[in-house]
Amino acid sequence: MAELSVRHLLGIKDLTREDIELIFETADHFKEVINRPIKKVPSLRDITVANIFFENSTRTRLSFELAEKRLSADVVNFSAGQSSVKKGETLLDTVNNILSMKVDMVVMRHSSVGAPHFLSRHIKANIVNAGDGTHEHPTQALLDSFSIRERLGQVEGKKVCIFGDILHSRVALSNIFALQKQGAEVMVCGPATLLPKYIGELGVKVETDVRKALQWCDVANVLRIQLERQGGDIAYFPSLREYSQEFGIDKALLDSLDKEIVVMHPGPINRGVELASDVADSEQAIILDQVQNGVAVRMAVLYLLAQKG
Amino acid sequence: MQQQVILGKELLQVTLRRLCQEILENHGDFSNSVLIGLQPRGIYLAKRIQQILKEDLGKDIPLGELDITFHRDDFRRRGTPLRANATNVPFLVEGKKVVLVDDVLFTGRSVRAALDAMTAFGRPEKVELLALIDRCYTRELPIEADYVGKEINSMISQKVNVQWEGVDGGEEDKVWLVLSENG
Repeated sequence: MAELSVRHLLGIKDLTREDIELIFETADHFKEVINRPIKKVPSLRDITVANIFFENSTRTRLSFELAEKRLSADVVNFSAGQSSVKKGETLLDTVNNILSMKVDMVVMRHSSVGAPHFLSRHIKANIVNAGDGTHEHPTQALLDSFSIRERLGQVEGKKVCIFGDILHSRVALSNIFALQKQGAEVMVCGPATLLPKYIGELGVKVETDVRKALQWCDVANVLRIQLERQGGDIAYFPSLREYSQEFGIDKALLDSLDKEIVVMHPGPINRGVELASDVADSEQAIILDQVQNGVAVRMAVLYLLAQKG
Repeated sequence: MQQQVILGKELLQVTLRRLCQEILENHGDFSNSVLIGLQPRGIYLAKRIQQILKEDLGKDIPLGELDITFHRDDFRRRGTPLRANATNVPFLVEGKKVVLVDDVLFTGRSVRAALDAMTAFGRPEKVELLALIDRCYTRELPIEADYVGKEINSMISQKVNVQWEGVDGGEEDKVWLVLSENG
């Protein structure tokens, strides 16, 4: 089939393996487009996309906006900081107001789990989830898998370990779904306090020893330690320094393995905390490829959803 | 399925040779000219043309493959979505003479999209169109081919199929008209 099985991209959980493959195949073509001297195609010429961000974001929003513009869509941006949300307007009212101005697609980030799902039951526009609370961040997982496929040829059969704060991470959950659907093996590794208690139920391996995890995997996807989530009432680990000593990945550690693994990071990196600079800037790291692929993958998602109308 | 053969293997070969002679008349040694085949079906014809020109000129003519899926004017308007194909244009068309190659010229909309898609690769000095089959009186846009293999009269509801040996399990080069799906 040349079309997706869904009208909205709410989470990887709703996608089929064929959907993921179609997105990647389409993203291959868009990657060629964005590397041309003129990086634009007119596909979404008559479509208006609203980027609605109730939570801060720099790169995801920039990446979506570039993807939309490279497809020639009209783009409106909205962030909660400057909006009537502060004045007490409900989510549905806010979005309905925006849609009354004839918007065809909504890209939304929200701090509440399920906010885009709720919206999809009430409005007509196609919705792309750009992150809902600690639940899913589907386009990030897609671009991660796309980058693995690009570097290693395929995702199927590969061993991927996700490091860091799994408890608060929507990137981790979406990645687990995406990788499993494509036939990869998944492990999570981090301090026990940052691993959800029943994460093993998803069929992933659980490890608390970084060296063992690195030795096992082909790809290390290192997540950011979300400093804003630490230091509240609950302390998940004693100090950043201790975290980096126990769980930080540096070049010496990677060189001590008997194989060369691929290192990924969704950004922004806390240099010297979860990832040392000598790894982040090495040939093994495909962090900047991920960023470039992000635009191509988001173009594919927007294009294929727009096609569904 | 009722069919009528338009060009058989031998005649098709003669037609291809004639088309190449016509191109050579206008492009000489091809020093400033390139071929661009339209995806998905025009690229096979373009490869044949390139092959024959190579025999005559003793060199490879630059050949690009252009996909027009993202430039179509019926996005969200057509019933069945199209799968995109690869674009591979390994040169800039800036200042070049371009021969666009497609197997069947029908409504002209693909060619319009191709002209649009090509702007991403520069401003050509001149663009010409080669079509193996020209379906007369079916055009929806003011577009005509410079080099035509064969003109045919057909109804909109009919379909022209072009098969190439070795492509998608095709046994021999052949062009035929499908008169009706059930008859």
